[in-house]
Amino acid sequence: MKAEIIIAGFGGQGVLSMGKTLAYSGLMEDKEVTWLPSYGPEQRGGTANVTVILSDERISSPTLDAYDMAVVLNQQSLDKFESKVKPGGALIYDSYGIHQPPTRTDIRVYRIDATEATIQMNNSKTFNMIVLGAILKVNPMVTIESVLKGLKKTLPERHWHLLPLNEEALKKGMTLIKE
Amino acid sequence: MNDKVLLMKGNEALAMAAIRYGADGYFGYPITPQSEVLEKLEEEMPWETTGMVVLQAESEVAAINMVYAGASCGKAVFTSTSSPGFSLMQEGMSYMCASEVPALVINVMRGGPGLGTIHPSQADYFQACKGGGHGDYHPIVLAPASVQEMADFVALGWDLAFKYRAVSLILADGLVGQMMEKVILPEQRPRRTEEEIRKQCPWAVMGRKDMRPKNIITSLELDDDKMEANNHRFQATYREIEKNEVRFELVDTDDCDYLIVAFGSMARIAMKTMEMAREEGIKVGLVRPITLWPFPVQPIAEIGKRVKGILVPELAAGQLIEDVKLAVECKVPVAHFDRLGGNVPSPDEILNALKKELINA
Repeated sequence: MKAEIIIAGFGGQGVLSMGKTLAYSGLMEDKEVTWLPSYGPEQRGGTANVTVILSDERISSPTLDAYDMAVVLNQQSLDKFESKVKPGGALIYDSYGIHQPPTRTDIRVYRIDATEATIQMNNSKTFNMIVLGAILKVNPMVTIESVLKGLKKTLPERHWHLLPLNEEALKKGMTLIKE
Repeated sequence: MNDKVLLMKGNEALAMAAIRYGADGYFGYPITPQSEVLEKLEEEMPWETTGMVVLQAESEVAAINMVYAGASCGKAVFTSTSSPGFSLMQEGMSYMCASEVPALVINVMRGGPGLGTIHPSQADYFQACKGGGHGDYHPIVLAPASVQEMADFVALGWDLAFKYRAVSLILADGLVGQMMEKVILPEQRPRRTEEEIRKQCPWAVMGRKDMRPKNIITSLELDDDKMEANNHRFQATYREIEKNEVRFELVDTDDCDYLIVAFGSMARIAMKTMEMAREEGIKVGLVRPITLWPFPVQPIAEIGKRVKGILVPELAAGQLIEDVKLAVECKVPVAHFDRLGGNVPSPDEILNALKKELINA
């Protein structure tokens, strides 16, 4: 098993922490993991991205330019990373604010209305868990149990009461995603 | 799942490993991409557990001189910085090497010259290995390529520093510092007691007990003959280090037709290049220097004899390649590939360079 993923969007959207949650879930399953953020000035308000690799074997390069999956959460990221999905790979995009949808036909393209859903749920903080649910629906590289186990390990105990809300958001993401 | 396996950034792993080593003090000044070292130390508050001092100095010049002072007392002290800050520390590096004090310095390189960028670079190779300060001196230069090595090289660096009364330098880059990977941290060791330090470092300045002869730590010696003798002693130590402490990793070198020599993050990227090349039937091996000084001359020279060419990919405009050419005495084609100023290549860029410069040349 090997999954090479890039998640990209606006700084502040939770891109890096979404990657971190995914990386921790991999850790819970004893997988090899790398998490490489964009750490430049762009993450403070501009675009941010993170490369996450989960594998059963030792990971060589933590940086790539072809991905099994690109998760793009704004138009700039879509423009930048659509061409970098491997043929046969997957592209997930949040429809909010997208005026030029993806055009490639040699990859699987999925749409998720995650921003819309958080507005309806009246809780913008569940956004990245909804998107993560969508990611796991397309590629079940880790189980939901591992995600929750990883969250529990990284969150201070005072936030544990939010775990059910996160689980709900993950499952919501799994139902919202459309091909 | 093994509870001891953690997920953290290279910079954080380094800070944790220093506490666990039983470090006596850290003196530093924040600069991207290594600020997490100081941040992690502040978060862990080791002054409340092991008694380790963590101090944000007023500048890099102050920080390196605080390290110089602490090291003169036989303490396990260290600092960390990134390229522009490391330039400011060169005077201190030269003084510490001339005074033969054991210290640990970390440079998480970023794109230069000047203030440059905050992204990964390896362009301080010459500065690190060939003496960025004045005079004939060498720090022992360790190049981590993973978060685990960021942690492991703290203990290795200090052990070597104390063994040879030398300065150890961990030469990382923004990629290794910022990346998160799995890591197993060493067990917590107690800080050495005063008695233990006196035993381990009989040269240290820590007060005369039992009226032993005076210890003086200085880099100044105005008598030329004595200074020449000092230099001969330094050089004798460096020859010992060259004899005993060369470290490197070999990957797929048994049957390779082409060789890549790369260190740190570039070695990681090149390992992916090698996987891609093997899929195309091109046999590529890797020598990854772990000590940049002392440089692994012998494995490169030996493998160099039986390959068609060597590619040296680096985040610098031709620095590591000089040592590779010296190692093979220019008897085999050695080609260079770089990305500069904070940019990092993809694995296939390196593969394309290999084809263009060596296979189809």
